[in-house]
Amino acid sequence: MDIFKLKGLIILIVIVVGLLFAAPNFFGKQDVPEGWIGPKEKIKLGLDLQGGMHLILKVVTDKAVESRLTSISSDLKGQMIDKRIHYKGVTSQSPDLLLVDLRTPDDVENLRKLIADGYPYLQEADKSTRDDITTLTYQMSAEEASVIRDQAVAQALETIRNRIDQYGVSEPSIIPQGRERIVLQLPGIKDPERAKNLLQNTAILEFKLVDEQHPVDDAVRGDVPAGSYVAYMRDGRTPILLKDKAVMTGDLLDDARVRIKTTYNEPYVAISFNKEGARIFERVTTENVGNRLAILLDGRVSSAPVIREAISGGDAIIEGRFTMDEASDLAIILRAGALPAPVEILEERTVGPSLGRDSINKGFTSIMIGGILVIVFMVIYYRFSGLLADLALVCNIILILGILGLFNAVLTLPGIAGIVLTIGMAVDANVIVFERIKEETRLGRTPKMAVEAGYNNALSTILDANITTLIAAIVLFQFGTGPVRGFAVTLTIGILSSLFTVLFLCKWIMEWLVNEKKIERISI
Amino acid sequence: MELIRPGTHIEFMKFKTIAFTLSIALIVLSLISIVFLKGINYGIDFAGGTEVQVGFSETVKTADIRGALETIGLSKARIQSIDSAEGSEFLVRIPMIEDSTEDLVLKIETTFGDAFGKEKVDIRRAEMVGSEVSKDLKQKGFLALFYAGIGILIYIWWRFELKFSFGAIIALIHDVVITVGIFSLMGKEINLPVIAALLTIVGYSLNDTIVVFDRIRENMKKASGSYDLVSLLDNSISQTLSRTLLTSLTTFIVVLCLYLLGGSVIHNFAFAMMVGVIVGTYSSIFIASPTLLILGQSKK
Repeated sequence: MDIFKLKGLIILIVIVVGLLFAAPNFFGKQDVPEGWIGPKEKIKLGLDLQGGMHLILKVVTDKAVESRLTSISSDLKGQMIDKRIHYKGVTSQSPDLLLVDLRTPDDVENLRKLIADGYPYLQEADKSTRDDITTLTYQMSAEEASVIRDQAVAQALETIRNRIDQYGVSEPSIIPQGRERIVLQLPGIKDPERAKNLLQNTAILEFKLVDEQHPVDDAVRGDVPAGSYVAYMRDGRTPILLKDKAVMTGDLLDDARVRIKTTYNEPYVAISFNKEGARIFERVTTENVGNRLAILLDGRVSSAPVIREAISGGDAIIEGRFTMDEASDLAIILRAGALPAPVEILEERTVGPSLGRDSINKGFTSIMIGGILVIVFMVIYYRFSGLLADLALVCNIILILGILGLFNAVLTLPGIAGIVLTIGMAVDANVIVFERIKEETRLGRTPKMAVEAGYNNALSTILDANITTLIAAIVLFQFGTGPVRGFAVTLTIGILSSLFTVLFLCKWIMEWLVNEKKIERISI
Repeated sequence: MELIRPGTHIEFMKFKTIAFTLSIALIVLSLISIVFLKGINYGIDFAGGTEVQVGFSETVKTADIRGALETIGLSKARIQSIDSAEGSEFLVRIPMIEDSTEDLVLKIETTFGDAFGKEKVDIRRAEMVGSEVSKDLKQKGFLALFYAGIGILIYIWWRFELKFSFGAIIALIHDVVITVGIFSLMGKEINLPVIAALLTIVGYSLNDTIVVFDRIRENMKKASGSYDLVSLLDNSISQTLSRTLLTSLTTFIVVLCLYLLGGSVIHNFAFAMMVGVIVGTYSSIFIASPTLLILGQSKK
């Protein structure tokens, strides 16, 4: 086989492969028929076309550092009591400072020793003395803080993944961005508000004993007994006096399920603890029979039932006049675990399914009408050669779709615009060549020479012209986000495929016409 | 068929004073509008805020929408009516409220539901961009334009002489400034897709310019030695004119289709492209090449 035929074969193979990968998209919404041997995957649609929610969340890592510091400070208090260091107060200051008030120089020295031995990540930042009270200020080391922040983000990512998985979203994409951001793509979300609540709920579950010794009314008026504080029930109005210390937390949870009370048809969440949790729960309930145990979610009291008897086995229930959705979401987030720090929504973009469908239809119409107009124009202007350019155009679209399918790229509305633009611009390379061939013919060259000279002279122009657009497209891909990136993708693929169709496909056909068919005149 | 008769020789260089005057006037007008008059109307991508596209199954007046929004204290909202096949459709935009974590989208949806009937309201699109992200996007947008400019400059520098690079870059700045100026004058929003359009215009306009420049370079080589630069430039532009017009025409056709049929979401993108195609074609004929002439003369 000669080189010319081999070239033709390779070009044909490229186009057939492109067609195979593009083919599944031609069936529209229907499935690819059975017995189809080629690839079955359709091009993935971006959120702007299929509807869904795009979110950028920021993990407020300061809070993670802060809460770590809070637990350090309560630990430190215990240690100081053990070591007989007399402290007047321990306060933490956002986000990474811990202040200890001490009375004597001995205490200062002992504390320094204690910190150096037990808390190497605390660094003394300041020492001040006022009215016989010495205040030592400790700062959490930058490395430690950064480890805590990174852990918080990693854990938040894990928790959010779990929650989304359990909520049931098809093909979600959850990826970290930068140091503390998480980008979520959730296709087909029907109730964006519910999804946002599900994500933002820190879901810190705590069990605290109710302070039954003191009247809650006095506390509300400001007379709060030491070791207790005023919390509110879920309605936000009813106060309840709780002990500061949580007797248990949600990390000891094994499972959480929605159940429905048969008597009132009211949903509740049944939880079961793991072994350690069950043991602690049994001890707490044994020691506090007759007392009330408050169940807190994110600081709000869901319920505070009276402990009637010791509970072994590790099962408990959370009630709180939930709706069915609320109860099932609560079960999801309890199973998925708590967020180590609250998350803020930095960016939210939701596209309803109706607009997505509209956009697909409109984009498709634009491609069809634009394509037909250009195709007709080319035939009118260039006659037979125009048909050749049109063939290139059709192959172009097939190749773009095929390559999108092959690389699993996502098609967005700006991406469709990129295809439309390619239709207009892709004929350019052919126009440059055709105009050249016309000129060469006018100079009296034979078709064979005119074609050869036409392609040779046009080549560098075509490359130069396309490379500049390619540079713009690549920069756009680098800096663009979401839908705009889709534009950069189709534009890039469009440029490359139009170079292929013009410089290989059309050139081959032209050469075949003048060399093999030996046509006398080019219809151009 | 011939768009431009072969052998046509148009004396483009004669128009250079008029063209430069016109372009400078347009650029000055654009800059005045951008800097002093209207400024740049950044979309929520860059300014932050909340935008809700809402459809109603029956006809609703803009005034009713405003009234409903005022009940929840959103009197600053900008309301824009969108063409829709049935019922009515609006774009509601609320500027960024600092330090507010309130869920505006939910609030707006509830308010419309209460005012017009829940089943008649369809939230078709809702976007919220916080200040942190909008700052990021703005920076990225400008960086993208900047790096694309640098990348293209380097490429042209490598492929052509410095003189040509200047001509191309001047044409390019010309196109971008005038397009942004027209957006500013018309009060149209600049959002992420518009930046994408600007970058494409940069690539496209250069495409045109390069085709002309390539021809100029080729003709210079052919003439080898003595030539009249003015008539050489005129010739080169005339020779490539039909290609320039043809490609601009096909591109314009498809962009117009996109503008008319593509729907509200990419309206501004398509508009920027339309302006860009026209300005880009003009600049590669009347600005880029005459710049070569001026630079060429100053050298002598």
